[in-house]
Amino acid sequence: MTPAGKPRNALAGGIAQIGACGLFLLSILAAVPASLRHIRETVRQVWFVGAMSLTIIMTCGLFVGMVLGLQLYYVLSIFGGTAALGTVVSLALYRELGPVVTALLFAGRAGTSITAEIGLMRATDQLSAMEMMAVDPLAYVVTPRFLAGVIAMPLLACVFNALGIFGAHLVGVAWLGLDNGTFWSNMTSSVDVWKDVINGLWKSVAFGAVITLIATFQGYTTPPTSEGVAYATTRTVVFSSIVVLALDFVMTAFLM
Amino acid sequence: MSQKHSYQFGTGLFILLGFAALAWLATQTTSIANYRQGDSYTLNARFSNVGQLKLGAPVKIAGVRIGSVRTIEVDPAKLDAKVQLSIATRYAELPDDSAAAIFTSGLLGDQYVAIQPGGSPDALKDGDEFVLTQSSVQLEDLIGKFLAAGGPEKPAEPATPAATPTP
Amino acid sequence: MPDLTPADDSTLIRIRGLKTVLNGKTIFDGVDLDIPRGKVTAVMGPSGTGKTTLMRHITGQLAPDAGSVVVDGRDVPRLSRGDLFRLREKIGYLFQNSALLTDFSVFENVAFPLRQHLRLPEELIRNIVLTKLQAVGLRGAAELMPSELSGGMARRVALARAIVRDPMLVIYDEPFVGLDPIALNQVVKLIRMLNDTLGLTGILVAHEFSAVKRVADQVYLIAAGKIAAHGTPAELAADTSPWTRQFFGGEADGPVPFHYPARDYALDLGFPEARA
Ligand SMILES: Nc1ncnc2c1ncn2[C@@H]1O[C@H](COP(=O)(O)OP(=O)(O)O)[C@@H](O)[C@H]1O
Ligand SMILES: [Mg+2]
Repeated sequence: MTPAGKPRNALAGGIAQIGACGLFLLSILAAVPASLRHIRETVRQVWFVGAMSLTIIMTCGLFVGMVLGLQLYYVLSIFGGTAALGTVVSLALYRELGPVVTALLFAGRAGTSITAEIGLMRATDQLSAMEMMAVDPLAYVVTPRFLAGVIAMPLLACVFNALGIFGAHLVGVAWLGLDNGTFWSNMTSSVDVWKDVINGLWKSVAFGAVITLIATFQGYTTPPTSEGVAYATTRTVVFSSIVVLALDFVMTAFLM
Repeated sequence: MSQKHSYQFGTGLFILLGFAALAWLATQTTSIANYRQGDSYTLNARFSNVGQLKLGAPVKIAGVRIGSVRTIEVDPAKLDAKVQLSIATRYAELPDDSAAAIFTSGLLGDQYVAIQPGGSPDALKDGDEFVLTQSSVQLEDLIGKFLAAGGPEKPAEPATPAATPTP
Repeated sequence: MPDLTPADDSTLIRIRGLKTVLNGKTIFDGVDLDIPRGKVTAVMGPSGTGKTTLMRHITGQLAPDAGSVVVDGRDVPRLSRGDLFRLREKIGYLFQNSALLTDFSVFENVAFPLRQHLRLPEELIRNIVLTKLQAVGLRGAAELMPSELSGGMARRVALARAIVRDPMLVIYDEPFVGLDPIALNQVVKLIRMLNDTLGLTGILVAHEFSAVKRVADQVYLIAAGKIAAHGTPAELAADTSPWTRQFFGGEADGPVPFHYPARDYALDLGFPEARA
């Protein structure tokens, strides 16, 4: 590492990192057929990155929904439109908050643990040991985690959205006294399965892919020291948050 | 070994939970919920102009949904639009002098059929037709009336905001 | 052009004219080395001379800049990934730090190479794994997790894993580091026993000459990118060249300098007039 103050080198280094990450994605995809032989490993990883994230996703989904219920009720009441609370909450969740907040939570919960796990495997020679046992670590370690992220993320986002709508219903109907029928009928007449629900899911799939790509890349290429693993974990959170928000903008502009 | 099976079981549960959430969201919180209803009966209404009314659009009384638009077709004899409304059976007590009107939700929202209840003791039965209807208000008509009246003093239909222009 | 064919079947590994540069630092500069079949060959040398790097050349994890590495008649740097993997299936590798898979129990660690490459009935896997664990004396520890093992036990589990597929070659990279004398003796005994009973070829990287004397049939001493000495342990012990004397005598200074290359001491301390 050269001292700071050489922006051109930092820029070139950054571009080289992006290139290396892209090549890493290609090798992950190339290892997909081989990783199907280790399908059990993928199942296990869906458990670790998906099911183990459920608690945080459900809790946060509920609270985000409740806060949305409160805030939007206040805003809508200014315009006399509180009947639209269900519509506004569900559209906000489906189109933006569900995929994005789930992705940020996922990066913090599952992304970091993927990086730390693979980084430690690198530092303790477990990846070399696999190579020496004629097992491709890409197919056995990296690709299953990548696939698990792509599978788990949309499912987590669905759970998040459901809990969010439940939370908004709790606040709006049970607490602030909106009419139950109005809450739902307004929602069902404005929310479209394809335009809102499914398009939001595509976002989740893309976010799951980029977060696990960044997390596995950081872990796989980390310097094999405890310091290296610590930095790599931090980088996973920082990079995936930035990339998720940037990608969200791009996908919103082109998809929705 | 037992550990391996518990992973598979747990993962299976997780995936089922995710899909259950998706299924609930897709069927209960979106317009799909409007197609799927319990028992219903059919009422007919004739309009000279249905404007932007779409299949599946809600039918409401006092702002609450009670059914949806099932078909929209042109009557070849009378050359007006014949609209079939399917109404949930639990709202079977609509007075037979009720009126059906096509309104727009909000300033630029979708159109829906609003039913204004009458006072008759007799109820509409399956297959009956509304006697009184009010068509969708067209922006062009509004502007036309406005110009004919020669000024802004007397807007033609203050109760019904304009629909988006017809193609 | 060095002779690439296995001229005689008794040589398993033949290295000729090996040159390696890593990060601008010359690690090997013309190394010739033969590993005979069925024998234990020790590779010794100061830390950082490239013993692990040499093993990585032999297993194809790293390609040399020049020279040939022939293992069992195959030119390792030119092998395709598939062929390389097929070759590695016949090599057991004991890592410097055991490198057990932390997610799996001792049993699953030893079973790992079997499960990955062979479709065997569970019964048979169980029998093979327990036989190997019995050989290293850890059958009772089969259900423990790697984090519950002592360093010596982990090393023996890694050894069981390295030999679970009955390889033709086992590479032991510094297997004695960090072991207490009892564990060290256990590992020494195991290496000798595996070589005697199964006829395995072994490459042993180690610093402990007393242990090497008891297991190795021949010794290569590597220093400064070249083979500094070669012979049976007894021959090396009697050798009088400065390299061997420093290495086996353990003298702090000699051909391997005590001081890392540096600027002039007086200059560094700020006495430029001392030079004048
Ligand atoms: N991947 C690498 N890149 C650059 N230098 C390396 C690499 N691996 C090892 N080295 C350097 O090569 C030298 C030999 O390392 P190694 O083979 O591990 O020595 P040892 O004989 O102690 O096993 C060391 O100086 C090390 O710094
Ligand atoms: Mg070494």
